[in-house]
Amino acid sequence: MGLTLSWLSVIILIPLAGLFLKSLELSPEQFWNILTSRRTLNALRVSFGLAFAAACVNLVMGSIIVWALVRYRFPGRRLFDAIVDVPFALPTAVAGVALTALFAEKGWLGAPLAAAGIKVAFTPVGIFVAMIFIGIPFVVRTVQPVLQDLDPEIEEAAGSLGASRWQTIIRVILPSLAPALLTGLALAFARAVGEYGSVIFIAGNLPNVSEIAPLLIVIRLSEFRYADATSIAVVMLVVSFVIIFAVNRLQRWAQSRIPAR
Amino acid sequence: MTIEVRNLVKKFGSFAALDGVDLKVNDGELLALLGPSGSGKTTLLRIIAGLDWPDAGEVSFNGEDALAQGARERHVGFVFQHYALFRHMSVFENVAFGLRVQPRAVRKDEVAIRARVKELLDLVQLDWLADRYPSQLSGGQRQRIALARALAIEPRILLLDEPFGALDAKVRKELRKWLRSLHHEINVTSIFVTHDQEEALEVANRVVVMDKGRIEQIGSPADVYDNPATAFVHGFIGESIVLPVEIDNGAVRLGDRLLNLMADGIAPGTSKLFVRRHDMLVRPSGSGAFEGAVQHVRNFGPVQRAEVALWGGETIEIDAPRDKELRAGDTIGLEPRRYRIFAGA
Repeated sequence: MGLTLSWLSVIILIPLAGLFLKSLELSPEQFWNILTSRRTLNALRVSFGLAFAAACVNLVMGSIIVWALVRYRFPGRRLFDAIVDVPFALPTAVAGVALTALFAEKGWLGAPLAAAGIKVAFTPVGIFVAMIFIGIPFVVRTVQPVLQDLDPEIEEAAGSLGASRWQTIIRVILPSLAPALLTGLALAFARAVGEYGSVIFIAGNLPNVSEIAPLLIVIRLSEFRYADATSIAVVMLVVSFVIIFAVNRLQRWAQSRIPAR
Repeated sequence: MTIEVRNLVKKFGSFAALDGVDLKVNDGELLALLGPSGSGKTTLLRIIAGLDWPDAGEVSFNGEDALAQGARERHVGFVFQHYALFRHMSVFENVAFGLRVQPRAVRKDEVAIRARVKELLDLVQLDWLADRYPSQLSGGQRQRIALARALAIEPRILLLDEPFGALDAKVRKELRKWLRSLHHEINVTSIFVTHDQEEALEVANRVVVMDKGRIEQIGSPADVYDNPATAFVHGFIGESIVLPVEIDNGAVRLGDRLLNLMADGIAPGTSKLFVRRHDMLVRPSGSGAFEGAVQHVRNFGPVQRAEVALWGGETIEIDAPRDKELRAGDTIGLEPRRYRIFAGA
């Protein structure tokens, strides 16, 4: 008990406390000015906004992937199952380079998209794509075991009671999966907010347009403006914490409606 | 509602789960499908419910083709072995589910739904559990809720798949009685699947004995017990002594011993002789069709169970009344009160 707590402190709590202390070197006024500068606000907006949008896309697409992996038997299913983990395993820089090459104006996907007038690489859309890429395994892997546990008989029961397919999904399947779906959403979101490696390659990193908050922190650090960097970091930390906490409460609420078996 | 099944065939790969099944279920009947696992009884039930589809054959309800409809349209109540309750809904909402998903045009209003659910919970005597969740109930309670849920839609037919299979022996016995009286009360045509012969014989009006995807016998409980149609039924229902015998010109031979039994109309060759354990009567040595030495005796309950090594080379177990005590080492004669011989090895 003592050991785990000390370990947790050394690994997580002390660095976080250091972060807060560092930002205290600034007066509240300075702190406020840094945060409300146009560049900081835009970077935060890009990071959180796109991360949330990407997490939502992952929630929907991830659920569909999970459904196919769990409920259907098709050739290559195991291979697809393994492929889901690739974004986990791939060094983020590698992922970033690969995505950039793919979506660049002369890339395999970039070229036809450019012809259609859609520019992905070096725009916020590119950030969005990278965030979807790195977030998808979180949804799939949290929902998969829960869906596997869900007895197909309850769908048959719903059907024989007169429920349509749609009613069965809305009233029976989704509520049973809700806690896992929310957890997956929260994890994919947290990962996307913090993502650095894969995003900076494809983003273009134009201040105020496609500059993510973690990148801005790095830039401030390289300019030796440590207080600026930590202020932005503190805000990211607090906002992330609030969002994770909210999702957690939501998840607890969903869970409470399904008491343990 | 009458159900008619004609020449039903269902294959899983090369395994024939149903191999040409014909069955007619009368209106208001409580029918048991009895058989060992893999006999096709659950497959038959699921096809009638619309949860599975046959490769060939017909199913009709009151003469109208049921296979043209999906499970949703058939209006059949189905009770699963493992309850299949909705975990995230209270007991009340579970029972109300079938009423809430009805098309808007025929859906009852909230007051009527509440009244109907209350009525059903009263019927299964669990109205005090309305606000609980399925995980907070015992197995027997869950199964009664599953039954109430199935009855909510006023099904034309009630189908139960091993309804008591997951429950312990004492609860099973209670629920059997309860199911029979419930059926008496609501009088819906019902079919239940079981591998437990006692359950089938005790609860059902008629019993269908199945084996390897075929129906072996259909009859009243007394019928299938007293007049088994095939060797399989005789062996499956009740406890039987089975002896390999040779039939030769009406004479019955066990090993080298000629038995004083009749075998009229049985084809010559190797056959099986079936006797119920309690139909093997103990006689003084030298009288009776069989002769043998008592090996072990166990006394319990209303009978003494004795292991007897017969002259002719087989060892059998008999149930004898306890008025005349048997001892290991005794030589006794045995006379079957009733017996059946089925041709074939």
